[in-house]
Amino acid sequence: MNTKQKLVVIGNGMAGARTVEEILARGGAEQFDIVMFGDEPYGNYNRILLSNVLNGSQDAKEIFLNPLEWYAENNINLHAGVRISAIDRVAKCVIDTNGAVTSYDKLIIATGSRAFVPPVQGLLNEDGTDKHGVYVFRTIDDCHKIAGYATKCARAAVIGGGLLGLEAARGLINYGVEVHVVHLANHLMENQLDAPAGAILRNTMEKMGVHVHLGKSTSAILGDDSVTGLAFKDGEDLACDMVVISAGIRPNSEIGRECGLTVERAIVTDDQMRSIDDPDVFVVGECAQHRGRVYGLVAPLWEQGRVLADVLTGANPKAEYHGSKLATKLKVMGVELASMGVTEPPLPTDEVLHFADPKRGIYKKLIVRDDQLIGAILLGDSSKAAPLMQHFDHGTNLPEDRTSLLFDLGAVPAAASLLEMPDATQICNCNGVSKGQIRKCVEGGKRSLKMVMESTRAGMGCGSCKALVKDVVEWVCDGQIEEDPSVHYYVPGVPLPKPELVAAIKEQNLKSVSAIFAALSDGVEEVGSKMALSSLLSTIWGADYAEERDARFINDRVHANIQKDGTFSVVPQIKGGVTSADQLRKIADAADKYNVPMVKVTGGQRIDLVGVRKEDLPKMWKDLGMPSGHAYGKSFRTVKTCIGTELCRFGVGDSTALGIAIESRFAGIESPGKMKLATAGCPRNCSEAMVKDVGAVAVEGGKWEIYIGGAAGAHVRKGDLLCVCESHEEVLTIIGRFMQYYRENAKWLERTSGFVPRVGLDKIRDVVVNDSEGIAARLDAAMQKSVDDYVDPWLEAEQPVSPNQFVTTLPMVTA
Amino acid sequence: MNTLIPSEYCLGPASQIPIGEGREFLVGETKIAVFRSRNGGVYATQPLCPHRAGPLVDGLMGGNILACPLHAWKFDLSTGQPVLGDCGLTTYPARVTEEGDLWVEMA
Repeated sequence: MNTKQKLVVIGNGMAGARTVEEILARGGAEQFDIVMFGDEPYGNYNRILLSNVLNGSQDAKEIFLNPLEWYAENNINLHAGVRISAIDRVAKCVIDTNGAVTSYDKLIIATGSRAFVPPVQGLLNEDGTDKHGVYVFRTIDDCHKIAGYATKCARAAVIGGGLLGLEAARGLINYGVEVHVVHLANHLMENQLDAPAGAILRNTMEKMGVHVHLGKSTSAILGDDSVTGLAFKDGEDLACDMVVISAGIRPNSEIGRECGLTVERAIVTDDQMRSIDDPDVFVVGECAQHRGRVYGLVAPLWEQGRVLADVLTGANPKAEYHGSKLATKLKVMGVELASMGVTEPPLPTDEVLHFADPKRGIYKKLIVRDDQLIGAILLGDSSKAAPLMQHFDHGTNLPEDRTSLLFDLGAVPAAASLLEMPDATQICNCNGVSKGQIRKCVEGGKRSLKMVMESTRAGMGCGSCKALVKDVVEWVCDGQIEEDPSVHYYVPGVPLPKPELVAAIKEQNLKSVSAIFAALSDGVEEVGSKMALSSLLSTIWGADYAEERDARFINDRVHANIQKDGTFSVVPQIKGGVTSADQLRKIADAADKYNVPMVKVTGGQRIDLVGVRKEDLPKMWKDLGMPSGHAYGKSFRTVKTCIGTELCRFGVGDSTALGIAIESRFAGIESPGKMKLATAGCPRNCSEAMVKDVGAVAVEGGKWEIYIGGAAGAHVRKGDLLCVCESHEEVLTIIGRFMQYYRENAKWLERTSGFVPRVGLDKIRDVVVNDSEGIAARLDAAMQKSVDDYVDPWLEAEQPVSPNQFVTTLPMVTA
Repeated sequence: MNTLIPSEYCLGPASQIPIGEGREFLVGETKIAVFRSRNGGVYATQPLCPHRAGPLVDGLMGGNILACPLHAWKFDLSTGQPVLGDCGLTTYPARVTEEGDLWVEMA
């Protein structure tokens, strides 16, 4: 006996078919026999791409989302080309135009909308027959008819200068006709653009050969039997031999009204997409009115479809739709456009940011209220659309630096928009992952950044492309990206953000990595978390930290940097880049004695002995008699200096002495990311102090400017001026306090170039320089304890801490 | 050593390997990697990562999962199957006796 309920769906467009997909994804095939009715004799196609079909860049068969086979494969009984004329809610059945009756247990109305035809004279011939050359632009069949007729025409008029009208105009140009757009409003696309943007778009369109007539109300379509022109209310007219009407859409809600459902602008639903009159009738898409709003974009109808499927299948009986914020990114006649929210500031207190470059067709406008984005227009350049849509959707606070919202100043320009970017474009240059590979991965069901990164390895090299990988994932998901909860954890294996993790470690007196796993993650030891936890414990407890060497990365187990062939590099400390003949002699002797294949001067003004075997490390350290330079860990690395006042004729501050003092004090201090420093003896900045994690630049008068958050690696960023110090002692205090604040508050592997803009320079200055939170003394004391507890790790040469610490291969004892 | 007959070899005291780490051993002419996990497991595998020949004994362990030190490919040491990467590891049965000796079975 068939115990399944019968689900009837009226409408086989993007809303209806997508909703059925969502129902199937929730096991709906087990619960329902599904019958679908579609007015058009096809499967479901992507209506957004109709303009591509019209302009010939895509074939009609390329835009199908659900070909007819899909319905058969999923046991859906599709009646394509059959129109439903009535619903009988008492008998619970639908009746098609042939009189055939189909009963239902649950009904979904997804009838969408149709082209709105304004009331003009002469639409039809006097005898009531269709006038040749008058079309609407809504379906595949419309496309074919328009294309067929256009080849015979010299001049076409498009009524309507909204998105669809302009797309129709773009399509018509390809048929060699002269195209005129006739628009009622005073600028193009008034729903998405303000007047200046509309003017720029008009200019761009006219350069492409489209004639634009604004503020024109059409009163009549002229011609007997065939179109010969348009007449306007102002008395003018325009000769043309075809007309495409694209003046908006109207919901197909009559079927709802006729069966007694409440219809205002469309069929009214509750938050579960159920009609408010009948618990067995659901409504989705452009024919639905939710909380007074009717949507004509694709994203809201997908959200509605998910809620409807959750409710109908019982996957989440409490699911609710709360309305959508309208944001869209598209191309109008090849011109990029992103539009969000309002186009004009509703309140006089709203902030408006503007940029216009009419000659290049670029216009950007942001409307901000209480630090949140409430509206945006990006025309001609939508490269910043993805982050802005994020802010708009999530209501997050905008960064202080508003220009960064409009432009990528000083950063690598984002390549062409994601839409235009070919699949073959390499996104991750470390691991060679293309846009197409990421797209396939997302389409294969991996909808979170973490899953995509682990699956493709994109963004898992230097990490500099991670934001772009995220953009691609978001773009493919069309805003439906899933967030992995672990992004908020300090380490993936312990489900706590950093402040809570630090508090738990202190409260429960957890001194080792294994103690943390035992107490905070049910004893499950997670490989990707160990390194971060051991660094954190060292920062919190200093010498009281119960180190477990296996929780350390190999570099920190043997205090050298592993190379691609399994050998190591040895970098002794050369404070401030100032060395001596004696040190150089020792280094040269060690290089000879251990057959070091390469001796390299590093970017941090030190000398690197590269290619040393693990078993030679302790012997080499002893021979060198120099401390570790820490060129391998997530820690304070080095201070690069210039000659300064010692001998340079321009120097105004003793940068070498300061650099040596800094390195002597902070050598080897562990931190969430590495810290590379520099001091410069004058603003010529030869030691590049402005692109370091911390830089000190001497200025006239014996003072030092302190820069923080600079970077010149995978990411390039000029540091921010934190303050000006009067003496070397003050420099040591301030930068020590900043580094301690960074150690306590940065995310794992977050360099200062990410930390400073995330927390905000003003906030950091308040805490570190002005002591606004009263924690300066505590920060100074914590850094002092770390300095006091520091021990040169190369002293392990005398006493290895674990069995066979420096042995590459052990022999078998017995055969 | 006869390479055709499966044999079990004693590698000496397990304490040569710190808990939670791996060490490389030479068995006849074959190098292998042997690991001791914090949850009591003992695992033996091929010594180099199939990706770019990273020395697996220098990797980080989390339970029976090992991450290669060079590019963080991850493997389940109990099966040799990749957790993150395209290619797995050859594994060898390994055990520790009550006396604390380490034995590995190799073909």
